[in-house]
Formats: sequence, structure tokens, C-alpha cells
Amino acid sequence: MSYTLSEEQLSEIEEILQHDLIDLGVHCVFLIDMAGNIIANHDNGESNHDIYSLAALAAGNFGAVTAMAKIIGEGEFSLLFHKGEKENIHFSKVLSDYLLIIIFGNDISLGFLRLKVADAVEKTKRILGSPDAE
Amino acid sequence: MAFINMKKKEVQVKIVYYGPGRGGKTSNLEYIYKKFRERIQSEMITVKTHGDRTLFFDFLPFDIGKISGYDVKIQLYTVPGQVKYNATRRLVLRGVDGIVFVADSMVVRKDKNVLSIKNLEENLSDYKKSISKIPLVLQYNKIDLAEQGIPVLSFEEMEKDLNSVLKAPSFSASAITGVNVVQTMKKIIAMTIASIKQELK
Repeated sequence: MSYTLSEEQLSEIEEILQHDLIDLGVHCVFLIDMAGNIIANHDNGESNHDIYSLAALAAGNFGAVTAMAKIIGEGEFSLLFHKGEKENIHFSKVLSDYLLIIIFGNDISLGFLRLKVADAVEKTKRILGSPDAE
Repeated sequence: MAFINMKKKEVQVKIVYYGPGRGGKTSNLEYIYKKFRERIQSEMITVKTHGDRTLFFDFLPFDIGKISGYDVKIQLYTVPGQVKYNATRRLVLRGVDGIVFVADSMVVRKDKNVLSIKNLEENLSDYKKSISKIPLVLQYNKIDLAEQGIPVLSFEEMEKDLNSVLKAPSFSASAITGVNVVQTMKKIIAMTIASIKQELK
């Protein structure tokens, strides 16, 4: 089963990624589906990651973590975050089928990022949940 | 679940190599990676155990150029073949568009092939997909072992065991030497693209 989003929906999503997250100072942000496909992505122009591989691994990782949550009686874990020395990755589920992944440096606090991400996720949900999504 | 990006004119397609443990799924991807190295821009990703067995999956993104004006990005995945890793196998199948079933032609692996294809059918049904409807190619791997005196099943025996009902396209192959590896991949890509086009009509 294939699916698509309209150009308008994709433009709106890209706008959210740019204004709410890249302008905040994150290095790279991408929205993927749970199959590992990239729906939309943006970076700050300096980041040069292999996002297709990252998307495949992130979808697998998220699936594995969700399966672990179920085994211990949790629906899912609300905070998914990997901390590195210079780069960090934050994952947020969007509706049941999408994942928003953000790569950011230590100059942004996790708390502030989570606030902004929650806002971006809500806006993205409204677009993905709109009737244009096939 | 192929994603068609109308804005970028791009289609992302997920093809999964499935089959029993040590059957040659990773070897298929390694051969493709080696053969098309100059066309594949990223590294092949493998998540392995210490014993060099696939733990989660291998991943190889592969651009095949434009079809009907759309850039087609093929994403090749393998699953871990070992029986105990069924939970991760099921995860990798999420959103799959086409499947290559890599069977092991060695006589001693006869039952493992049958169990694995049944397991594929069950796992697909979890995603409400049918093994008889999804684009599927069977590959009977390790035919090179016959030259070393190791007993292998004939093409006809493999067909009888695995393909008598499905009637999917099938190839004898050797992932190590490359016999029919590219042909298998071309066939599944062609079938998957045709199926996506059909859906869009």
C-alpha cells in the first residue's frame, strides 16, 4: 500500500520544521514514517548526516523501544533521547505512524527543546491528520 | 508502504530480504553493495551480534534513477534469520513493499526453509498483508555448494517445497559468487514498482 501527502501538506510541514526547530538552533530535523521513509527534512546547512540510514535505524529503534515498553506494561515511553558528547538525538511520536527526529547540540537545553517540539508535533499532527492525507 | 513525495518527485520503496538463518540474505546485500559501490552513496548499515550474525537488520539505500519522472529510492533491508529474533523480524517488515525470500538449497536446511516461509506468512498477516498478493521473488541460494560435494536440493525440489502454491518468480543463485543476485534484485524491483503503479491508477 502506497501513500502520499499533498504538496501543500509537505510545504506546511517543512515550514514548521524550519521555523519551529531549525531557527531555534537545532542541527537537523526530519519527519519519518514507521517504515523508515523520510517524509520531510531540514538542516542548518552545516549538518551532513546520512539521513536515509538514520531514518531506517530510527524507525527500527523506535519499534524496538515500543516493544520493550509493552513487555514491562507501559504503552510507550514518553521521552526518547540519546545524549552524545556534541550531538544529541530526540525522538517524538506523531500520531501513530510518524516520528519526528531532531539532532541538536549542547547549546540547547533539553527542557526548552521538548517545549518547542511538543508545539511542533501538535501542528504537524493537525496537518497529517487532515483529510488530504491519502 | 511506499511513500510518494509529490513535492520532491521522489518515491521511497522498501524491499526486505527474508529467509532462514545463515541462508545468505546479508551476502546478497553485500554483493550488491560491492557490485554497485560507485552508485551507492552511503555505507551499508549492519546491526550485528558479536558472532557476526544479523541482530536487527542490514540496510542498503539504492537510487535507481527516474521512473515516470520520479526519483526512485530503493531501500533494501534484511531481517535476522534466527528463529529467536521474530520480534525484530516483524518490526523490519513494517511498511514492506516487496520481498525476496532467500532459501537455503542445502538438503539439511529443507525444513528450515519451510518454517521460515510460514513465519513470513504469519508476520505479514500481522500487518494485514498476504504472502500471495505482495510482490515476492524466491531465491534458492548456495547452488555453488554442489561443486564442493555438499548435497543441495534441485530447483524442482525447492519449487515443490516452497513455491507450489505461490508460483512466484524464482531463481537458483549463489550470493557469494553473485550468480543471479542482481537478477533477483531487478525482478523484485520491477514487480514492486509495477505494483505501486497499479495501486496509483
